[in-house]
Amino acid sequence: MTGSALSPRLLRSLLPALSLAALLIAIFWLQPRAMSYVGFNLMLNLAIPIALATIAQMCVITVNDLDLSIGTYVGFVACVGATLLSGGVGALPLVKDLQASGTLPTDLPWLLTTPLAGILVLALGIVVYALLGALIYWRDLPSIVVTLGMSFVWLGLSVVILPVPGGAAPGWIRSLMTLKPPFIPFPIIAAAVIAIFAHILIMRTSYGAVLRGAGGNPRAIERAGWSLLKVKVAMFALAGFFGMLAGLSLVGLTTSGDANIALRYTLLSIAGVILGGGEFVGGRISPVGAVIGAATLTLAGSFLSFLRIPPDWQIGAQGAILIIVLALRALIDHAEKRR
Amino acid sequence: MSDAASPPSPLRRLMARPWLWAYVAAFAVFIVTILFTGGRSGGEVATAAFTFATFSVIVGIGQMFVVTLGPGNVDLSIPATITLAGAVATKIMDTQDGMILVGLLVALACGAAVGIFNYGLIILLRIPPIIATLSSSFLVQSTAIAYGRGIRIKPPPALADFTTSQVFGMPVLAICVILLAAVMEVVLRRTLYGRWVTAIGQNIRAARLAGVPVGRTRFAAYMMSAVFAGLCGYLLSGFSGGSSLSMGEEYLLTSIALVVIGGSSVAGGNSNVPGLWGAALFLFLVVTMLNTYGFGAGLRYLATGAIIIAVIVAASRRRTAR
Repeated sequence: MTGSALSPRLLRSLLPALSLAALLIAIFWLQPRAMSYVGFNLMLNLAIPIALATIAQMCVITVNDLDLSIGTYVGFVACVGATLLSGGVGALPLVKDLQASGTLPTDLPWLLTTPLAGILVLALGIVVYALLGALIYWRDLPSIVVTLGMSFVWLGLSVVILPVPGGAAPGWIRSLMTLKPPFIPFPIIAAAVIAIFAHILIMRTSYGAVLRGAGGNPRAIERAGWSLLKVKVAMFALAGFFGMLAGLSLVGLTTSGDANIALRYTLLSIAGVILGGGEFVGGRISPVGAVIGAATLTLAGSFLSFLRIPPDWQIGAQGAILIIVLALRALIDHAEKRR
Repeated sequence: MSDAASPPSPLRRLMARPWLWAYVAAFAVFIVTILFTGGRSGGEVATAAFTFATFSVIVGIGQMFVVTLGPGNVDLSIPATITLAGAVATKIMDTQDGMILVGLLVALACGAAVGIFNYGLIILLRIPPIIATLSSSFLVQSTAIAYGRGIRIKPPPALADFTTSQVFGMPVLAICVILLAAVMEVVLRRTLYGRWVTAIGQNIRAARLAGVPVGRTRFAAYMMSAVFAGLCGYLLSGFSGGSSLSMGEEYLLTSIALVVIGGSSVAGGNSNVPGLWGAALFLFLVVTMLNTYGFGAGLRYLATGAIIIAVIVAASRRRTAR
């Protein structure tokens, strides 16, 4: 069984990396100039927020739930980042309107201009995620419906904060996202850091094993004395944390906020987790695979533009990649069963 | 569930209906809304509610049959199917009244094609339905974008007239869809097929052992959901003066919300059609009420989200030791 060099098991775990490699080779074959520092920067920039959102979705999928609100949550964080986090309460369009009409003075006190307000709101966002985990556990709720409701809540909050696209990302996030380290393009370093950090956190720590076990066999984890409530809360809080990083990195790239900026992230993040070898139930997930999956989905757009196919087909290409990889996985499983 | 000693009175039986509360809530919101206007424009509000609820009920019925199949069964491809069917149908009809029937058949065929594709993915790739319908929605959406090219073609005048016509303030389309809902309630409760769907949702192994053709039943449910989405796209493009690329967007969340608020079990195996209408009217009336009271878009979204979460929490029970 284990003698063969390419056992189905190994093949399955290599599938995400192989599909990314295949896509990269195709891109370089079409456009050799893409194989450069600038090329990588341009092609993979947007992979950073998508990868972080995918890790967030992966945390939720680990405990057999699904987050349909991650896209609007990332948009909410982006809106907070472009307003509260850069100029405090004074940066809100609402407050600016009041200043313009003379209701509020032009010089605001320190309390209303400190970015601490933004930090507080972002922390509250993570607390809300943790509470959702607790609520879903306590009342045994279907996560699809709860997060569906939350997607409206985040969208509503974003629109209240930023009724029309605008605002400005804090300088430090912008300079971080436009870093130009020597030799290796920033997106690649960032992706590696995200993958390694999530891998160590969830795959290498002892509590990480409990977290994954709670997805595989919750009763066994409960019998062993671990609190399933704490597990759910931890995983949802982690999702909120990674979702926050996704929103901040996104606003660093786009420099301004928009409530609708990341609506597609919900479906993209689910696709990224599955593409990266994660299973829908059972706590079988792969953080490194998820980052690779997110990069593959991002590169699909570049691939099409090098093929001179109109961007209309970008979503279609992402769907096609997902289906092809899932088909390959089904084939591998089939081969495994026949042995 | 009910005490077997004495048969419950008709009133008690009505109170036990899970869909009743959606109607009670819809009516309460309606009253609060027309209180603001002092009773004027109550008729218009009701007409608008029935008009817009119609479209969400059409897709809600399909989604409900899919959800009834049990945990993990959701059709995420509904918005893309609506958009594709609307785009293809308006282009083929090309504003000509004579092509209305052809357009309808084409829209239904689009839905059927998506349904076959969805179920093919579920079976061939052995993947959860959520993933299957998610990946197919990417492809379908892209096809709709590439096919429609964002050009808005007007619907045939007769179709536009039909979808916007009213009798005594009641939209004709709403009457048709109330009849459709009645038929589907009978299908769910009284036909063998409906009982099969419910049985699969309650326990797929038991259903299989009892001889329920599980594969065919699931296939028909996914097919129905996609065909209803096609129908919705066709009618919606007639109603709103042509198809647009974002016309399906809101119906993913709405279709799931209707099933939940209407009192069907999200875990499957226990559904009802009447609740869909109550929930659709309720959701639209809440938005109208907030509009009337001058709330902005942000607060309307917030309220919608809060209601969905409140309903699912209220319908749930505390986790019990199992």
